[in-house]
Amino acid sequence: MQLERPIYIVSFCVGVCLVCAVLVSSAAVGLKPLQEKNQQLDRQKKVLAVAGLLDESVAHTEDEVQQLFAARIRPVIVDLEAAKPDPSVETATFDQQKATRDPARSKVAAKNPAGVARIPNRALVYYVSATPMNEKGEGFTLDQYIFPVEGKGLWSTLYGFLALAPNGNEIRGLTFYQHGETPGLGGEVDNPSWKAKWPGRLVYGPEGIAATSFEEPQIRVVKGQAGSVEATPHQVDGLSGATITSKGVSSLLQFWLGDKGFGPFIRKVAASEAS
Amino acid sequence: MKTKDVLLDPLFDNNPIALQVLGICSALAVTTKLETSLVMAVAVTIVVALSNTSISLMRNYIPPSIRIIVQLTVIASLVIVTDQVLQAYFFDISKQLTVFVGLIITNCIVMGRAEAFAMQNPPVASFVDGIGNGLGYGLVLLVVGFFRELFGSGKLFGVPVLPLVQDGGWYQPNGLMVLSPAAFFLIAVFIWVLRAFKPGQITED
Repeated sequence: MQLERPIYIVSFCVGVCLVCAVLVSSAAVGLKPLQEKNQQLDRQKKVLAVAGLLDESVAHTEDEVQQLFAARIRPVIVDLEAAKPDPSVETATFDQQKATRDPARSKVAAKNPAGVARIPNRALVYYVSATPMNEKGEGFTLDQYIFPVEGKGLWSTLYGFLALAPNGNEIRGLTFYQHGETPGLGGEVDNPSWKAKWPGRLVYGPEGIAATSFEEPQIRVVKGQAGSVEATPHQVDGLSGATITSKGVSSLLQFWLGDKGFGPFIRKVAASEAS
Repeated sequence: MKTKDVLLDPLFDNNPIALQVLGICSALAVTTKLETSLVMAVAVTIVVALSNTSISLMRNYIPPSIRIIVQLTVIASLVIVTDQVLQAYFFDISKQLTVFVGLIITNCIVMGRAEAFAMQNPPVASFVDGIGNGLGYGLVLLVVGFFRELFGSGKLFGVPVLPLVQDGGWYQPNGLMVLSPAAFFLIAVFIWVLRAFKPGQITED
């Protein structure tokens, strides 16, 4: 039995594995530039969408998205501990997820309900201009801030963006660009009608963060239905059938808007906005 | 068997989902919309056709004692390549399909055809058998996706067909349709209708 000789079996295995490995790795390496471009474009789209500048339900060409992004969005690196922008770091090449994994550019987070393991020293925040800027970046008038947020849901880490008004308190929008929650249940974080419940809600106490310093963020996702923006400004409807994902969204917002995250920075910019 | 039979048999006479009841898992998960159903159907068809062809080419050289793991290696590689291509060229759809493209590896249809057909038949017939089974799977996916998208969100391929109440129309969407159990009911109805026309498929107790 030629086919059952051990030496033949082993060499057959090695042969099959070699061919398959070459096939898989050449596909992965060869297609990587395209995939990365797609991911970057997708992130720009999400930033524009959470800022309310782009309707995601209709198709947009690459150029449209890039032009709109360049005209309305100014990326800013924020030093979390110093709570101020850090112009020394180049924004174009800054990858926050990579920085979070790098021990030199991040630190271990204390155990927290959001499941955040490491906090980056610097984070990439987007300033949104109310009017289009020219090519030199002139004509910028601040309309909102967009903060990156992340935290554990049921199965996966949710990565998203939160848009805040210049007063640092009013939410303009929330969207997640990457997660692996159950489609139809936790995956409903992508549902436009759920996302539409966020604008107008408040993060901190009624007077805003500047007036009530060091106050914990009040915003949370409740079980079942919350009221209107006026009735329950700090609560949002839960996702039915997705209690753990809903809790995850609450925890991750509270973490990133709290003292460990962007809290100190928001306090500072809100105070300067008020004065 | 004639090539035409190999191609068309899996559509109604020997449908992988309706008769062999294989590949149900992904049929539940991706059929809330027609667009994802279509892409999934195409992806599975390509993977089954290519895996059948490559397994068939190797069929006389595969040691019988390790044939299953060899089939799985080939299938897994093809699925990963498919996933990479989708991520590069159909990024939005690949985001909607999430893990289910990767799960084609575990789709019983792919391995079932490799083991049941490609191990005994020449490459061309195996390729056609793969296309046929992919189409049979895709047919069920599209039928289920059609009803789920139409009644669950009033749309077809994302285009509004039935104006929804919340947009000022008259149609109150059926929430059950977007949940997984609806796919079970629809597949059951599909099997029922199919067996009403082809009583030979009814299994005896």
